[in-house]
Amino acid sequence: MKLQLALAQINTKLGDVQANLDKHLSLIDEARQQKTDLLVFPELSLTGYVLQDLVSFVAHRPTDDDPIFKPLLQASHDLDLVIGFVDEDSRHRFFIASAYLSGGKVLHVHHKVYLPTYGLFDEGRFFAWGDSVRAFDTRFGRMGMLICEDFWHASPPYLLWLDGADILLFSSASPGRGLGDNEKLESARWVERINMAYASMFTCFVAHANRVGYEDGLHFWGGTTVFDPNGEELVHGPYNEEALTYAELDLNQLRRTRARLPLLRDERTGLVRSELDRILSRD
Amino acid sequence: MTDIDLTINTDLACQILTGFIKSEITRVGFLRAVVGLSGGIDSALSCVLAAQALGPENVLAVRMPYKSSSRDSLDHAQLLIDQLGVQSKTIEITDMVEPLIRLEPEMSKVRKGNLMARARMIVLYDQSEAFKGLVVGTSNKTEILLGYSTMFGDSASAINPIGDLYKTQVRQLSRALNVPAPIVDKSPSADLWAGQTDESELGFTYEEADRLLYLLIDQRYMPQEAVEAGFDEKFVNGVVARVRRFQFKRMLPPIAKISNRTIGYDFLYLRDWGT
Repeated sequence: MKLQLALAQINTKLGDVQANLDKHLSLIDEARQQKTDLLVFPELSLTGYVLQDLVSFVAHRPTDDDPIFKPLLQASHDLDLVIGFVDEDSRHRFFIASAYLSGGKVLHVHHKVYLPTYGLFDEGRFFAWGDSVRAFDTRFGRMGMLICEDFWHASPPYLLWLDGADILLFSSASPGRGLGDNEKLESARWVERINMAYASMFTCFVAHANRVGYEDGLHFWGGTTVFDPNGEELVHGPYNEEALTYAELDLNQLRRTRARLPLLRDERTGLVRSELDRILSRD
Repeated sequence: MTDIDLTINTDLACQILTGFIKSEITRVGFLRAVVGLSGGIDSALSCVLAAQALGPENVLAVRMPYKSSSRDSLDHAQLLIDQLGVQSKTIEITDMVEPLIRLEPEMSKVRKGNLMARARMIVLYDQSEAFKGLVVGTSNKTEILLGYSTMFGDSASAINPIGDLYKTQVRQLSRALNVPAPIVDKSPSADLWAGQTDESELGFTYEEADRLLYLLIDQRYMPQEAVEAGFDEKFVNGVVARVRRFQFKRMLPPIAKISNRTIGYDFLYLRDWGT
């Protein structure tokens, strides 16, 4: 089985949800014409990243009666979509979220579980922490979504792997930093290294969509990637410019790789649990 | 001495910084930039980057000599203007500055220097309105950290593309972007009085300062660790003190909080809000 994947590394208008929705719809059109099965947008693709006091003004619920999600749900009859947005729950907590839309329905919403609040980041000040990491079933198999800092920690991808995800969909709004004499920024090299490592260690597909553009002095570097279950890079989008990057995922590669390298079969989850229990109960 | 390498990939730096200028000027409805061109390397680099980002026809380089400014400063600025093909203008500030100096005959060199820097700011912001372009800053990371600038003078700008580059890196990038050699090779000077050089005023070279600042700021070394890495203790303490003493120059004036929502504390939006 083949999955035609597209990753949209876009620039966004900070706080202008309608303008960003229009860009989503036009890219969805473009991807649809290329017979795309699944189109992934970056973190906070509907809103922009450094929202600060804009958070409560740009929040939406991923439902049919929401004016922003209605056309997106409609579009998901033709191709599956991953959308980045600010989710407001019924008790008015605001989350950095990704929604997986398919066949006019919301299959899954992930709330970012790690909010970086250090250095240039201030997410914990403005957002609520997500409290679950769950894989979910799609027409292409079981997947998992994580957002930026979520996969800077090893445990969320690991949990998704154990929960059955064979395709990890990562999205970011990653500010570029660490310019040395290398042709890539330190932040880009770091992210690419760990994505390749997850694909290799979990013998799964890892797709990453990162945004581009500027917000004040911050610059987002793009550089979308897809790694296959052998840890090989399938595609690499350009740095620093908007692009729609296509990749064909041969899902049979999962079987071939795992027949050769049974890391999933041999993973000793019971051992992990007993050692975690011991570590967590230590005085 | 610990190995310290400040080398940057100049292609990537140029791509990020020209993208920044283009994005931050056009998103707020402008197409053009104004740069005060002193004849020195920092403003030359900002001007080159602005010309690459916006096209030379959309950049106005303004030369603003004072009567004591060196001839070299003017000539070097002209070299760059000719090379880039940017628009240019020369507005002498002597007639702006002199009346105040006459009223205050005891004025010190430092006060006069500040006055000139602020007169240039007034000219640039006036040209900004006339040319419909934003003022592009020319302060580098070294001088911002050391507080070696005049508040509301040379530090005033709408956006600053080179404020995260140490002087050493400004030189590297300037060479890569073909800034004329006389500009790259001469001793840095604010040219506020005859014979002035930055390095004699500061008491150390930019190269030394950059290597130390890189450890203290970028690599988060404790001062004692910098000494252990091979830097002179007095030099380390002097630089640490300067960085702390001039924090106020790197900030907007603090607003006294009395309400529930105060600009700067809990009224938080980026400049790029809505764009």
